[in-house]
Amino acid sequence: MIRVLAGRVIRVGDDVSTDVILPGAYLNITDPAELGRHLLETHDPPVGDRIERGDILVAGRNCGTGSSREHAQLAMLGRGVVAVVAVSFAEIFLRNCVNLGLPAIAHSAAAEALRDGDRLEIDLDAGRLLSTRGQWDLPAPLPLAAEIADAGGLVDWVRIRIERRVEHVAP
Amino acid sequence: MTGTMTSKILRAHGVSDMTPGQLTLVPVDLVVLNDVSGPVAITQFERMGAQGVFDVERVVCIADHFWPAKDARSAAQVSRLREFARASGIADYWETGSTIEAGIEHAVLAERGRARPGMLIVGGDSHTCTAGAFGAFATGVGSTDIAAALALGEIWIRVPEAMAVAFTGRVQPFVTGKDLILGVIGAIGVDGALGAAIEFSGSPVDELAIDERLALCNMAVEAGATTGMVRADEVTQRWLRDHGVPGGTTECFGPDADARYDREAEVDLDGIGPLVAMPPSPGNVASVEELSGVHVDQVYVGNCANGTMTDLRQLALMMENRKVAAGTRLIVVPATQRIYREAIAEGLVDIFLAAGAMVSTSTCGACFGGHMGVLAAGEVGVATTNRNFRGRMGHPESHVYLGNAYVAGAAAVTGTLTHPQDVLGTTAQRGVQER
Repeated sequence: MIRVLAGRVIRVGDDVSTDVILPGAYLNITDPAELGRHLLETHDPPVGDRIERGDILVAGRNCGTGSSREHAQLAMLGRGVVAVVAVSFAEIFLRNCVNLGLPAIAHSAAAEALRDGDRLEIDLDAGRLLSTRGQWDLPAPLPLAAEIADAGGLVDWVRIRIERRVEHVAP
Repeated sequence: MTGTMTSKILRAHGVSDMTPGQLTLVPVDLVVLNDVSGPVAITQFERMGAQGVFDVERVVCIADHFWPAKDARSAAQVSRLREFARASGIADYWETGSTIEAGIEHAVLAERGRARPGMLIVGGDSHTCTAGAFGAFATGVGSTDIAAALALGEIWIRVPEAMAVAFTGRVQPFVTGKDLILGVIGAIGVDGALGAAIEFSGSPVDELAIDERLALCNMAVEAGATTGMVRADEVTQRWLRDHGVPGGTTECFGPDADARYDREAEVDLDGIGPLVAMPPSPGNVASVEELSGVHVDQVYVGNCANGTMTDLRQLALMMENRKVAAGTRLIVVPATQRIYREAIAEGLVDIFLAAGAMVSTSTCGACFGGHMGVLAAGEVGVATTNRNFRGRMGHPESHVYLGNAYVAGAAAVTGTLTHPQDVLGTTAQRGVQER
């Protein structure tokens, strides 16, 4: 996993729902690249067209409210979004980010200060956000979340557990 | 030891440290996949290298979102889910048109007795919290979570705060479970219960039948809650017995009288009439009177929150011997096949058809902008569904107002947002509610 990320900030608002991140009409798609083409296409004001590989989404409160659709994260990954910073995250949206290894950072001061087009550096090892607007320290991730992140996401975390189990019972 | 419902259910599932915010693994009693979350979960499950599903009797797969298939891609998704269930030996694969157990997942789980007091349920759908109506800790999760649950029989959770939401006062005519939850979201906001499990209480909740408790708990997630629960009581036990659910008299995990909550809120229902959530947020709550006269193009009665027999009876009371207004259309979607049959037997479907409405097979359909009633740019919908976000039911420039089935019926008859009393000319509810 890449531990230092740097990218351009794309700002979205408060209460951005997963219906806006990836509209329901596209839930019959599972390919991340194809989902990515529809990322935030209905957001008001328009941002979808501007998102490029390497960008970082910065949101307000309650980011990802609503539907549990993981297609929202798949669309972000498919489009090349490298991280999300928000004042706060809706519960299921945050889970999905953790599970897919997409860094999701709740930091109200940073999320409020950062502006569209800013360059933001996220140092996950040092636990720090760095931009021309300021520098912010991140709280240490919770142990289980850190374990999942270190594994590269929940798929690999589970895979490792299953392999260990198999080794354990093997003669 | 005294405790909240939340702490009792989690402790019964092996959680020893109830410090809110802690991450911990818990065993799951039921895992639910649908045709949207399921196919992604199946791919992730295969990548995990699991030998099989942890317990085929604790898994339900159900086709409801794009079912009946709206296009070839949707058909392929349902096919993938169906084939996974078959290959894994999951007997509970439910598909309208094929199995008796069929319809919208949360409503089917309820009527088939798969949601019971004290259970820990995870589903690949945010409205899994609907099962809280039975006193279960039920929460929506993503597809990769579902894959992990299928592989391990466990899931990680963030220990929620326990939040008491108490209703007081007298329930006014035309006020339903839908209005209770809209009242909560209007009061605390769409992130007012973020990181918390809500426990609903108070005599207005005690008096609610299961159908309306389903509506109440369904939208807990719209307040940001991990889940929303009602303590199982005699109403629950009677309902479970009536539905032939074995084990209906198991432990109920009610909160102790002196249970301490991390957060508390109170909603006084005195003087509160039917409520409506204005676009584009379930938290934009106003009284129906304040919005009186707003033109309505489409009325949609259905979905996992409000497609029950209680809702259909409320709608029928509004529609009987009346017509859908010119320039307005009414779509009725019974939440399950069982409800559909009951509605036919009771003559409700005939009332709807005679009024000019269309009655659709059970599907999540247009609620999430999928199919079977999607809105055009500029159109206004009134729906008994649970979300009115931008673009939720179709074009991003369409507008959805959320309300109960009486309000929906009044809108269908008049073509505008109208207090149901102004249509019926009476305050009587005439025993519509299931008791």
